[in-house]
Amino acid sequence: MFPIQIRDLRFSPNGRAVLDGIDLELGSEGITLVLGPNGAGKSMLLRVLCGLVAPTGGTIAWGEGARPERGVMMVFQHPMLLRTSVLDNVALGLKPLGVPAAERQRRARAVLERIGLAHRASENAPRLSGGERQRLALARAWLTRPRLLLLDEPTASLDPSAAAEVERIIREIRTDGTRILMVTHNLGQATRLGDDIVFLADGKVCEHTPTQRFFTRPQSTQARLFIQGELPWRMAF
Amino acid sequence: MFTSTFADALTLLATFDARVAEIVWLSLKVSGGAVVLGTLIGLPLGACLAVGRFPGKGAASVLVNGLMGLPSVVVGVVVYLFLSRSGPFGSAGLLYTPTAMIIAQTLLVIPLMAAIARQVVEDVWQRYAEELQVMRFSWWQSVTTLLHDCRHSLVVAVLAGLGRAMSEVGAVMIVGGNIDGATRVMTTAIALETSKGDLPLAIALGLVLILIILALNALAFALRQWAMRRYA
Ligand SMILES: Nc1ncnc2c1ncn2[C@@H]1O[C@H](COP(=O)(O)OP(=O)(O)OP(=O)(O)O)[C@@H](O)[C@H]1O
Ligand SMILES: [Mg+2]
Repeated sequence: MFPIQIRDLRFSPNGRAVLDGIDLELGSEGITLVLGPNGAGKSMLLRVLCGLVAPTGGTIAWGEGARPERGVMMVFQHPMLLRTSVLDNVALGLKPLGVPAAERQRRARAVLERIGLAHRASENAPRLSGGERQRLALARAWLTRPRLLLLDEPTASLDPSAAAEVERIIREIRTDGTRILMVTHNLGQATRLGDDIVFLADGKVCEHTPTQRFFTRPQSTQARLFIQGELPWRMAF
Repeated sequence: MFTSTFADALTLLATFDARVAEIVWLSLKVSGGAVVLGTLIGLPLGACLAVGRFPGKGAASVLVNGLMGLPSVVVGVVVYLFLSRSGPFGSAGLLYTPTAMIIAQTLLVIPLMAAIARQVVEDVWQRYAEELQVMRFSWWQSVTTLLHDCRHSLVVAVLAGLGRAMSEVGAVMIVGGNIDGATRVMTTAIALETSKGDLPLAIALGLVLILIILALNALAFALRQWAMRRYA
């Protein structure tokens, strides 16, 4: 499945280019963070990658043959929560894979242990807090052992400790062998988690570099301005 | 005259009059049976209309919505034609039996229940569609998942079906024949007794009908309150 080679990827539904010729290569390991201003096309890039939206141009070449049927998962900023228990919500991820119900529950319980929500397995999911919802959604995706996991602002509107917990889980999922592509607006998080940074603006990749170089020596003007715009906020901490 | 009629009606109820009890029981069996079948067919049908992507989906939704207001006598006549001796299912000998009444009422409530289910499920589907697609849910898995998720709201569809079935006269009159002790239900009995001038029995049955419908709605209200507290 890797490397994934994205060439000249375009999505311009009614003439307006949301993705305007994306070129990107993703190797088989690590966490790649996608940064960029609002409306840059970050969420759209993830949705095209997981097959929700068909691009209007360009190619995605999946290495080692084709893209596996269930190899790509995505966690949304506002995860869906069914009106049932936390356990059943997590087990849901295995339903399309034809795993028997008892086994689904067993595996869901195991993954709930790892994200620290096991003690709340039988509670009603819609009652969870924002941070707990995000962890539930991560667990639901993790359970299916995806090769590539797409995360859209998983810590937006979470308090620092909830965000830290989500970051811990993301690291664990990576250690488990899942490739991660994640959108964030939090530059501190980008330095903590990212192996490399993709900077997107106006539907184009302006820069794709290792994290440290991105923050010390950004190549593109847009990235430099973006970092500078955010820097005073970062140093306040 | 007016008050004495009411007093007689209340006496009938207070003494658990056997005639009243028999009629009420048959009503519950027929309409209950129709709603069980209507639930098994109408709710999945509505959910399929909400989730499915197929040519003619819009037309199918319009058709279901249109059939929602179908006059019950029309359903009665159609079922009559199919079940009458010369009809395609005449040999089954179902005409003027409770089974025929269940069939007619089932056909009557399916569009109503399907239309309500489609609306309820569609709203939730809008919010869940992308995630279910990413998890590679088949459309049938989506249908069953959504039906389960909407179970508390779908009670409304079931109740609407039950209300429609219990209060209709035309279809059961035509295919049941209003035979005393065999196919006489509350609505047909009320129509007959009123025309015969036995108003106390008609009013007693009318009161029972209203009470049943009120009780069901109170139950549904309580259930929704409970669900809202639990999942809010
Ligand atoms: N289905 C769609 N069809 C057409 N345009 C769309 C569609 N979905 C989103 N857009 C547009 O594409 C642009 C990029 O949207 P996208 O959600 O990818 O931005 P983003 O980089 O994720 O921004 P944010 O940081 O605010 O989340 C927006 O202007 C949006 O209005
Ligand atoms: Mg976005």
